[in-house]
Amino acid sequence: MGQRGIKDQVAIVGMGCTQFGEHWDRSVDDMVIEAAHAAYDSAGIVQDDVDAFWVGTLGSGTSGLTISKPLKIDYKPVTRVENMCATGSEAFRNAAYAVASGAFDLVMAIGVEKLKDNGMSGLVGAPLPDDGTRANITAPASFSLLAPAYANKYGVEEDRMKEVLTRIAWKNHYNGARNSRAQFQSEVSKEKIASAPLIAGQLGVFDCSGVSDGSAAAILCRAEDAHKYTDNPIYIKALAFTSGPGAGPLDPDYDYTTFHEVSRCAEDAYAQAGVTDPRAEIAMAEVHDCFTPTELVLMEDLGFADRGTAWQEVLDGTFDLDGELPVNPDGGLKSFGHPIGASGLRMLFECWLQLRGEAPEERRIRSLDEGKKLAMTHNLGGGPGECVSFASIVGSELG
Amino acid sequence: MRGIVGFGAYVPYHRLQRSAIGAALGAGGGRGTRAVASYDEDATSMAVEAARNLFRSADLPTPAALSFCSATPPYLDKTNATTIHAALDLPGNVLATDMAGSARSVAGAVSAALHDQRPVLVTAGDVRSGRPGSTDESSLGDAAAAVLIADDSAEAPVLAEWIGAGTATAEFLDRWRTPGWAHSRVWEERFGESVYRQLVADAAEDAFKSSEISAADLDLAIIAGLHGRALRSAPAAAGLGAVPAAEDLTPEIGNTGSAHGLVALCHALDTAEPGQILALVTLADGVDITFWRTTEAVRDHTSHAPVRAQIDNGNDGLAYATFLTWRGFLDREPPRRPDPVPPAAPPSFRNNDWKYALKGSRDRETGMVHMPPQRVALGGNTDDSELVSMADVEATVATYTIDRLAYSPSPPTIAVVIDFDGGGRFRSELTDAAVDEVEIGMRVSMTFRRFLTADGVHNYFWKATPIRD
Repeated sequence: MGQRGIKDQVAIVGMGCTQFGEHWDRSVDDMVIEAAHAAYDSAGIVQDDVDAFWVGTLGSGTSGLTISKPLKIDYKPVTRVENMCATGSEAFRNAAYAVASGAFDLVMAIGVEKLKDNGMSGLVGAPLPDDGTRANITAPASFSLLAPAYANKYGVEEDRMKEVLTRIAWKNHYNGARNSRAQFQSEVSKEKIASAPLIAGQLGVFDCSGVSDGSAAAILCRAEDAHKYTDNPIYIKALAFTSGPGAGPLDPDYDYTTFHEVSRCAEDAYAQAGVTDPRAEIAMAEVHDCFTPTELVLMEDLGFADRGTAWQEVLDGTFDLDGELPVNPDGGLKSFGHPIGASGLRMLFECWLQLRGEAPEERRIRSLDEGKKLAMTHNLGGGPGECVSFASIVGSELG
Repeated sequence: MRGIVGFGAYVPYHRLQRSAIGAALGAGGGRGTRAVASYDEDATSMAVEAARNLFRSADLPTPAALSFCSATPPYLDKTNATTIHAALDLPGNVLATDMAGSARSVAGAVSAALHDQRPVLVTAGDVRSGRPGSTDESSLGDAAAAVLIADDSAEAPVLAEWIGAGTATAEFLDRWRTPGWAHSRVWEERFGESVYRQLVADAAEDAFKSSEISAADLDLAIIAGLHGRALRSAPAAAGLGAVPAAEDLTPEIGNTGSAHGLVALCHALDTAEPGQILALVTLADGVDITFWRTTEAVRDHTSHAPVRAQIDNGNDGLAYATFLTWRGFLDREPPRRPDPVPPAAPPSFRNNDWKYALKGSRDRETGMVHMPPQRVALGGNTDDSELVSMADVEATVATYTIDRLAYSPSPPTIAVVIDFDGGGRFRSELTDAAVDEVEIGMRVSMTFRRFLTADGVHNYFWKATPIRD
């Protein structure tokens, strides 16, 4: 294996994140300017200090011009990246590698997406010309396949499974209610979640993440330069990415209770960071809760729970804000919606706040007080058995 | 000896109770049911299914030519028969042509096949509609049929020998529909009846003259055509009043237009004894009569899907509002989702083997079967695969979900992950099934369907459907 990673070589020294929501009054340009300038201010720099830029967006722009025009970037390299729902994280990953390579001193990764201008329900893709034989299956339906498969494999009764999924949505809304940047800032009762109209399979409206607009940005530099910009930098411990053969729709052995892409990606991330017991060592994780069963399965794929036990851990509150390993303390996709290009950096923003002790008191995680110093972000793009996966680990200290 | 060496019919799964029409509109309807093509079926897709039923009944020769007859062809300008040709995976040197526009086309196609010397496949299908509350709406129906006409051989013996034909052609205004109209018009019925009465007599005289048989030799008469009144008076006018009439299928499936004569012929052959003489009389802008004598081979013939079984297998729970929606007569609010896009021509053409013939790939190194075909198999490292036909392979539902968000003319859609017998997994849509019917372990077969129409392009592909014994 040639995968070596860049542990402790790159630091994050500034971040900005817009409020996420239905921004009828703000354009892509507005959100880019807001997130970028918040990041500059956070790092105590001006735009001209930045040597290169990476912008992640699925469909709110093409090319580096997406940000260079509104920000009036002074003829510098701007790279636009896309990697489905991991797009924002992909901008972050490539920006980090550019710094680690020594090519640039100071870079910005920014993600942006405007989903609410098209007037449609749910996410809308731009299909490529094809032969018309692709399965006519929506994202919630595709992810809904996880729930009965998981329940069947591990002997979880249908009602109990519904309780588990409901609790995940309830937990993330509880956290989002304590976050002024979230799209949805209210707690939602379990009864309301469980009785919502069905969208696909067992999944009701509240089992699905929202649809919103938003942007987030990070300023990165070499670790040794970090203290020029901030007293509290956070350091990249691992950046992992997998893109698989798309085995799920082809392979009869695939049973819809795991994402092979994610477990392989997590293994790589832990190896890079030197993490041997993620449950014990990770203080918090922001994971890709596009639908409630996704978060359930991710708890096992990321090694936070043994196979077949995550459902019980969810019910026991292990992943609650005050639990052993808080998951999505900012409210997750559930509370933020999923402006594709922005989500990965929004997750990183919560790590930034929590590791620096800047999260508001009402959602500060207690796992940090126990001496844990690592936070994790995770995205996946695609569907069960056919996706890309990203995982990062960041920490508040070197070494 | 030349005649029918193979036959197959297709009656769609859904039935509309005629009483549902009266219940909704306050008038019209009647008793019994009519067969209804599902929202994802049309004359072409049903003809494919009829031909598949034909070829799954026996080991039959490859036709040299294929014709598709329909008064409701899905395409103009573009040939519909080429879709059937592709779905049946016929070789490129098989001529595929439409004989479309009027119900009489079938008589022409059968005649041409009989006067050929090679195996010729004749298919016919119609999706019949009428204005809400009209006689056409309630009395007509949807179905398809196919016959393979060839010379007798040891491998594919003639089941029904052609022993004579008669024709009477006339120009008169009975039923008509200009291109673009959704519905037919008919002249006063009594006028058509009087014209047909003479034409039937003329055609019968012609047929008896050519065949050296008389009415007394006939064991069964099948009278088909879209003129209901003339159908009733035709046997007497033709001197066939004493001949036993074939079972009238219209109370259960309606009059299925272009397909009806062949559907009734398939039904007769399903139950025929050797040595019986059948008359097929078709009233459509003239009268065409053919005589057929069943052979010993008919005794050993078993249809893959007998007409009676298909009729009995129908589901008459279709709501009238759903029927109107499927036919496009009820303009329903669409989901707040992008309009469906048509398939693009070049990728469709490149993938003909997959899209139309449902061929997967088998990796020569690992043996893995993949759908859609993969040049490099899972776990394989070589670009070395061959195509394998999956259309007639049955499968089992591995898991499923109900998708209430997906665009469909008949939501919700049922998405199933299916594992084919002998290998191959595929994520498919389940059609002709109810939400509370699907379950893990359910056995399914594949059926050729029209997924959607966008920008005037019909998107044909395959879906899974429950195997119902």
